[in-house]
Amino acid sequence: MATLWVGTRKGLFRYDQGAADQGAADQGPAWAQVGKPAFLAAPVTFVLDDPRDGGLYVALSHGHFGCKLHRSDDRGASWVELPAPAFPVSDAPDAPALELIWSIVPGGADEPGVLWAGTIPGGLFRSEDRGASWQICAGLWDRPERARWMGGGYDHPGIHSILVDPRDSAHVTVAVSTGGVWITRDRGASWTLGGVGLRSDYTPPGQQEDPLFQDVHLLAAPACDPARMWCQHHNGIFVSEDGGLNFRESVGVKPSVFGFAVAAHPQDRDRAWFAPAIKDEFRVPVDGKLVVTETRDGGGSFAIRDQGLPQLEAYDLIYRHGLVVDGSGERLAMGSTTGNLWVSGDGGGSWSQLSGTLPPIACVTFAR
Amino acid sequence: MATIRFTSHLVRHRPAPKIEAVGATVAEVLAVAFADDPLLRGYVLDEQGRLRKHVNIYLDGDLIEDRLRLSDPVAAGAEIYVLQALSGG
Repeated sequence: MATLWVGTRKGLFRYDQGAADQGAADQGPAWAQVGKPAFLAAPVTFVLDDPRDGGLYVALSHGHFGCKLHRSDDRGASWVELPAPAFPVSDAPDAPALELIWSIVPGGADEPGVLWAGTIPGGLFRSEDRGASWQICAGLWDRPERARWMGGGYDHPGIHSILVDPRDSAHVTVAVSTGGVWITRDRGASWTLGGVGLRSDYTPPGQQEDPLFQDVHLLAAPACDPARMWCQHHNGIFVSEDGGLNFRESVGVKPSVFGFAVAAHPQDRDRAWFAPAIKDEFRVPVDGKLVVTETRDGGGSFAIRDQGLPQLEAYDLIYRHGLVVDGSGERLAMGSTTGNLWVSGDGGGSWSQLSGTLPPIACVTFAR
Repeated sequence: MATIRFTSHLVRHRPAPKIEAVGATVAEVLAVAFADDPLLRGYVLDEQGRLRKHVNIYLDGDLIEDRLRLSDPVAAGAEIYVLQALSGG
């Protein structure tokens, strides 16, 4: 049985896939919502279902009371609140304070209990005790280049993508909106700025190819080959063959190269899915037709997948953590700002709507 | 001795019972409440100790003046209410 967690503007929802004889032939067993939403009315900004120990982590952003972190060790039946990552105390009048927990990922399989968290403002935090305490990664926070990071849609820059190399837990790659792609090989002590080849139309001439000014919307890598990285950038779709140091651009992708999300096939390094929208200030599907684009040749060509998705007057936007694929590479889930939730059981070839009445969806994740 | 009461909206998230505490300033009085529940502090203040933007504290009927350090002096018998603002959310 599969479980899908859906983080929304009004709480955390759970969907389970039922018995094999209940569903449509092309989509496998039917999905159904299970139980009542957890944290009803609280905006969920990220969900991690840790495959190493089954810990379920939920990041919340209470409008009045700040950002919070909770963990369940019984699949959501009960929750314990953990301290949220916190910035170093300072007397400066503009001293940073946590505004959003944007990503939480497990450390390597050889690092039980280790978690990484990315936040707005652009902090990277590490916990070695399943979130009971957090330390800011000073190696990145103290980089002088950080002063040139900028907010991308928010007041302050943020870290939304954290990729831990499954072959080497000390090798971590993060992406910043806006601030480029950063790589450490010593668990965060020292960092290299990657992202050569990314291009930003929105910066002045002479700075468009500066790796520091790149607005990466999401970075993803296949488990089978972590050196292959997919980048959905504000300006387009880019592909790396060397773990994010250098990128090449996929040009002419229809209906649009703009979007936020990308899902990497875990076993096929050349296959990935994107959720396009009209660029910049519009951020709605092209021509009112919601589609997923899929490449099977490493970003050389893209096919439009629209079966089961709304093709008339659709205004759904898929946020950066709103499109995921599971470990099989065949099961996908996608949630939109309109509160639509879809799954695919055939690698994105066709989609089934699970709900059209959820709150706006920030993130979806399969239990692993 | 001052009395501190928290909005019921906050009590949804943390126990935050009414407490009585001694302190010269709002910060000192609140610190007594936070000592019992360190996570409660993060609902009222950010990690820099500043009052959250969309939280208000009333001291004997008036909004406190110092939202950065909560240095407003507290008289004996003071009533302190920690409320969510109507802004934000």
